[in-house]
Amino acid sequence: MRGDRIFGLVIIVVALGYILSAHGIETSFMSDPVGPRIFPYMIAGVMILCSLVMVLKPDPDADWPSGAVLGQLALALVMLLAYAFLITPLGFILPTILVAGVLSWQISGRPVPAALTGLGLGIGLFVLFRIILGLGLRGLPAGWGF
Amino acid sequence: MDILSNLAMGFEIAASPYTLLLAVIGAFVGTIIGALPGLGPSNGVALLIPISFSLGLDAISALVLLTSVYYGAMYGGRISSILLNIPGDEPAMMTTLDGYPMARQGMAAEALVVSGVASFVGSFLATVGLMIFAPYLAGVAYKFGPAEYFALYMLAFCTLGGMGSNNQAKAALAAAIGLAISMIGLDKTTGMPRFTFGQLHLMDGIDFLVAIVGLFAVVEVFFFIESHGSNSAIGVKLGKILIPWKMLKQTSGAMLRGTGIGFIAGVLPGAGASLGSFLAYMGEKSLSSDKASFGKGNPRGVAAPEAGNNAAAGGALVPMLTLGVPGSGTTAVLLALLLTLNITPGPLLFSERPEVVWSLIAALLIANVVLLLMNVPMVKIFVHILSVPAWILLPGVTMVAFVGIYSLTGSGFDMLMMVGFGVLGYVMKKLDMPTVPVILGILLGNAMEDNLRRAMVLSNGDWKILFSSPISIGLWIAAVLGFIAPLVLRRFLKKPPLPQTDPMANED
Repeated sequence: MRGDRIFGLVIIVVALGYILSAHGIETSFMSDPVGPRIFPYMIAGVMILCSLVMVLKPDPDADWPSGAVLGQLALALVMLLAYAFLITPLGFILPTILVAGVLSWQISGRPVPAALTGLGLGIGLFVLFRIILGLGLRGLPAGWGF
Repeated sequence: MDILSNLAMGFEIAASPYTLLLAVIGAFVGTIIGALPGLGPSNGVALLIPISFSLGLDAISALVLLTSVYYGAMYGGRISSILLNIPGDEPAMMTTLDGYPMARQGMAAEALVVSGVASFVGSFLATVGLMIFAPYLAGVAYKFGPAEYFALYMLAFCTLGGMGSNNQAKAALAAAIGLAISMIGLDKTTGMPRFTFGQLHLMDGIDFLVAIVGLFAVVEVFFFIESHGSNSAIGVKLGKILIPWKMLKQTSGAMLRGTGIGFIAGVLPGAGASLGSFLAYMGEKSLSSDKASFGKGNPRGVAAPEAGNNAAAGGALVPMLTLGVPGSGTTAVLLALLLTLNITPGPLLFSERPEVVWSLIAALLIANVVLLLMNVPMVKIFVHILSVPAWILLPGVTMVAFVGIYSLTGSGFDMLMMVGFGVLGYVMKKLDMPTVPVILGILLGNAMEDNLRRAMVLSNGDWKILFSSPISIGLWIAAVLGFIAPLVLRRFLKKPPLPQTDPMANED
């Protein structure tokens, strides 16, 4: 119930913003009968219509995670975001060891196998992708070789 | 015979030792991906597109590799269905109904062989069907103008939304979200930026591969952590693999019927492999004289859905190749692959680049034979791989997803966006919203708008052109029916009870 309603309301706000943004699209002198704005308006219209259905006729709610599980999910999300930020400055191996290790620990709950998994994946995948498959990855932070 | 000479040309291109090696690798990796719970054909292929692209494979090699993965995943899904009672992917769900009971009665090896042969029959015949029907449909597709294509895209969204979900509004909303995302970037006709908010990163639009890997692969990270990835242990012993000829003969009718039903379900837009295996199972059950034995380990209940889901996977390639409109999540991913390789599917593909089409078909046939050899005598290897614990597997898959996107785009921004799509996918799945329409929207959005605008240029701004030809009117009617009919049918067609996800719960 609440999940559908909240999602529907968020989408309505997004769709209104989308319409506003579409309104500001500049048209050049060489345009066609439809122009660059109509199709986005149509999409936003469908979004608002469907969201209204979700708000007015919501399905029964799913089990949303709470407490500790929510914390675990947040940690996983932070790890993935951190990975996106770290891979360019630090190279492939170090962020992979960190993130793979933490994810593994989150699933198994045992730190030692998780640390080994992280190490194994960080080095193993680097060998696989860089050395065997030849992808352009930098292994270590700039200036450390590799 | 036109088909045979074309096919000979296809084999000439595709049957080099190098491509054969790729087919073997693809089939092997694909079977593993299919067998692992949580990874299926769509996220498996999605994970590997960026990597095969960064490897610099040429179009035909990449096609051979990834279609082998696709077919391999369709084969592999049955392994965990039978041994763990956990479908390796969604289409393999029906195989659990009779496969797991067979395994518990000590016939795991027989179930694996029968389902492996059924998979082969289904996908091999479906590939033959593809050869026969696709050129014919491509001939019809020549008559399509922009208005017809616009109606066709509507049909794809409507049937996918209608068949593939429990709530029409949610499916339509998912499609609209995808279309809205596809509008980001430079407008092709006027060259003006749309929804970029001055961000240079957004000028080229959002790469569909980023969205696909996010929605299909990163999502699994969140679900695994939520469920603590509990299920991995194999509870069934696997004896020596012998080929049960008698059982194969006994189930051959079920395989052929399942293939027919599955192929048709696959060709229809929006239906896909899950519906194919479902209909094949229900059809076989209603034909059978001993209905009560279904669900208790009847080999025909294993053969029919496996033939059905593999035939549907082949059938789904027909509309994807001839019209450029994918009917399911996996074919949407394959469309993404073709677009990445700069190949535009559609009727022109058959006349302008026949070598691509026919080498793809030859590759599918090769992949099938390789898969049969791998999945019947060597099935034990895959069973061992299934026992890799989730706490190694999941971090590994996640890292492969990130490496793929990173090596393709080299930008941290795209990776952030990929994680964002992962979160969106998690919320949507929780709300029982399908994510495939989002992908389809992102893939088709620009072409859809382009066709609408070209139709309007032709008619000088008269909207009636959208409903002016018999083909487009037919497509619109089919679209409306495809969207509404499931509302009515859902009352009559109840899905059978889902298999329990916890194998321990079945120890009665």
